[in-house]
Amino acid sequence: MTATTAPTEAPVSRSLSGPQSQVAGLAAVLGVLLVVAFLWMGPQQFVNALTLGAIYALIAIGYTMVYGIIELINFAHGDVFMVGTFVSLGFLTQLGFNAAINDPVLLTVVLAADFAFTMVVLGIAGMAIERVAYRPLRNAPRLAPLITAIGVSFILQNLVQGVPPYFGFGPFNANSPQIFPTDIAVEIGNASIPVLSLFIIVVALAMMIGLQLFVGRTRIGRAMRSTALDRDAASLMGVNINRTIAITFFIGSALAGAAGVTFGLQYGVTNSGLGFQAGLKAFTAAVLGGIGNTVGAALGGFIIGFIEVGAAVAGFNSWGPAIVFGTLVVVLVFRPSGLLGQQVGERA
Amino acid sequence: MTAVTDLPTPAPAPGIRERVRTFSGRHRSTTILVGMAVIGLVLPLIASVPPFTSFQTQTAWIDGFANAGIFVLLAIGLNLVVGVAGLLDLGYAAFFAIGSYAYAYAASPYGNQILGIDVAAALGPAVGIVFWPMLIIGAFVAAVFGILLGAPTLRLRGDYLAIVTLGFGEIVPIVFREAATVTNGTNGIGGIYRPWVPGLGTFSAINPIPYYIVTLGLVAVVLIFAYRLVESRVGRAWEAIREDELAAAANGINTVTTKLLAFALGASTAGIAGVLNTAKLTVVSPDQFTFTISFTVLAMVVLGGMGNFWGVGVGAFVIYTINNVVLHSLNQFFDAMQVPILMDIDFLQLQFLLYGLALVGMMLLRPEGLFPNNRRKRELHADMTDPSADEMLSTESTEEGSR
Repeated sequence: MTATTAPTEAPVSRSLSGPQSQVAGLAAVLGVLLVVAFLWMGPQQFVNALTLGAIYALIAIGYTMVYGIIELINFAHGDVFMVGTFVSLGFLTQLGFNAAINDPVLLTVVLAADFAFTMVVLGIAGMAIERVAYRPLRNAPRLAPLITAIGVSFILQNLVQGVPPYFGFGPFNANSPQIFPTDIAVEIGNASIPVLSLFIIVVALAMMIGLQLFVGRTRIGRAMRSTALDRDAASLMGVNINRTIAITFFIGSALAGAAGVTFGLQYGVTNSGLGFQAGLKAFTAAVLGGIGNTVGAALGGFIIGFIEVGAAVAGFNSWGPAIVFGTLVVVLVFRPSGLLGQQVGERA
Repeated sequence: MTAVTDLPTPAPAPGIRERVRTFSGRHRSTTILVGMAVIGLVLPLIASVPPFTSFQTQTAWIDGFANAGIFVLLAIGLNLVVGVAGLLDLGYAAFFAIGSYAYAYAASPYGNQILGIDVAAALGPAVGIVFWPMLIIGAFVAAVFGILLGAPTLRLRGDYLAIVTLGFGEIVPIVFREAATVTNGTNGIGGIYRPWVPGLGTFSAINPIPYYIVTLGLVAVVLIFAYRLVESRVGRAWEAIREDELAAAANGINTVTTKLLAFALGASTAGIAGVLNTAKLTVVSPDQFTFTISFTVLAMVVLGGMGNFWGVGVGAFVIYTINNVVLHSLNQFFDAMQVPILMDIDFLQLQFLLYGLALVGMMLLRPEGLFPNNRRKRELHADMTDPSADEMLSTESTEEGSR
């Protein structure tokens, strides 16, 4: 039935040579752009752009996974990220870690615990949101889940304004403890690159590679891919659709939580209105990369990071959101399928 | 307004109710005019009797009603987009902002200086008359921006429109704030001339009655337009697109231009509301047009009943009044009484949490809203009551690829 009524956007034929040469060309163009950006911004801003891009990429992956599997723009996802910054902040302050930790062993343990705690809490929150607000509307007209999504976004924002004051911070702006020493830096030429930035980039890349392996190599990943491709057929093949979608939400929200932790470490502040703009930018990243495609989302995240930092370098700091939005419209007009093409269903 | 006549009030005799219903169906515009006149007379009277006077004075009530009327206009306009045509517009405040600034440029010394004209010198004491052409110009400018935004995005599937409008709603205030050389930045534009209408008395901050009358009139006119549009050929096309875009296209509807028309008309209504709002506030600044405005209006539309104009009008009126009178009074009451926990809660802050809960709750439990539109109700409940549920499921999966 899919093929008969929807011939216009049937899966594009994926011959091996076509996309590969396309990807190679794209990689070449991006490589040249990276060199240009490096020469223009200098190493310091280049690393800043990579760090910001890594955070956007982690958020964008959540958008793209959810969109890939249930075709819903999860407006609440940016706010899930924002909640992540607050959960991490709460975890660290409640345990008494308010300043930089210089002991490497303790730092590793605390960071690992912080990431694990925040990611699990956010993952469960994401599953709960899906269960309560999206699952009952899975077969409703598509306006309905979009409206609940925007409702959930507002609920999260206002809960964060209401709850954290009881733990002694907030309600709007809060200082997040920077337990990772910000003054340790690597000297490259005449620029000093903070180790923290490198740490964030490495962690983000590791998570993205891990996700790629998980989706590509495991049984659950296969279930996710098949659900994205054709929910009914997957269900007939014995895939538990509800569980698969819940796991997708868990992973997407956990990655947003990880982004929240890294945001707190990098910038040392958070704000209950943070999720709105971050969500918008991350969604732009997901569309830019080709929505539904996790590699594309990661790529898009880094590109948005470069655009935003580039705008700041060029002296248009407060125009950042406007420039990112302009990018979104341009992409939608000229290449709505994104840089890496329409691969909805190919990846979860 | 049919609001009065269609409400399931305990009718004295079913015969009269039936006759009123028939009349309102045949003479919609007359009914709207009569209904708005009745409402316009009854509201100030209600505000002058005891339980209501204890909240605030009658003048304050009428001022509040005029402000509520601006939100009623916004809700009617958004309903055209979201409720009738089924396009989710999350940046509606942007068009409100554009209308507001359009009036500010035409009717303030600062704006005139930027535009290189001098309205005050040309018109003298009757400078407020510029309000009337600006209603149309403001609507037109907002519609142009609606088309500029909608043209690239309405060709894509509906979700993209939601996110693009969300972005647009975020960007427009940034532009008004950052382009400070022509917009006066964060301070905004002040000293805006108040409207002038022969025979309506002085428009001023302490005399809200002229504003109240003008607002009532505009709501009536916009309602008449809205009802006539929805019952016309293009209105049926909007509903067809909302229910099934593929089927609508297959039946010869140009979906892109039809959607664009809905989007532009919705934007122009926001432009009108913006002109009126600025003429009332006499000052405009970027921070008036945050996402909370868009969100509030969306909540009004969803709660009132998507697709039903009088329903969203009533929804907007009630929500605005609750926010600005009841929540405010609760704050003052608990502060005055020194109630331990409740006095710490800012009920005005709580409103957005309530909106969020209401949006989720309504969509889950009663997606057709409090005052449902019949066709919309059938659509929203189709898959829940339809015995052939697998049919729906497979249709839904086919649509994934095609929208």
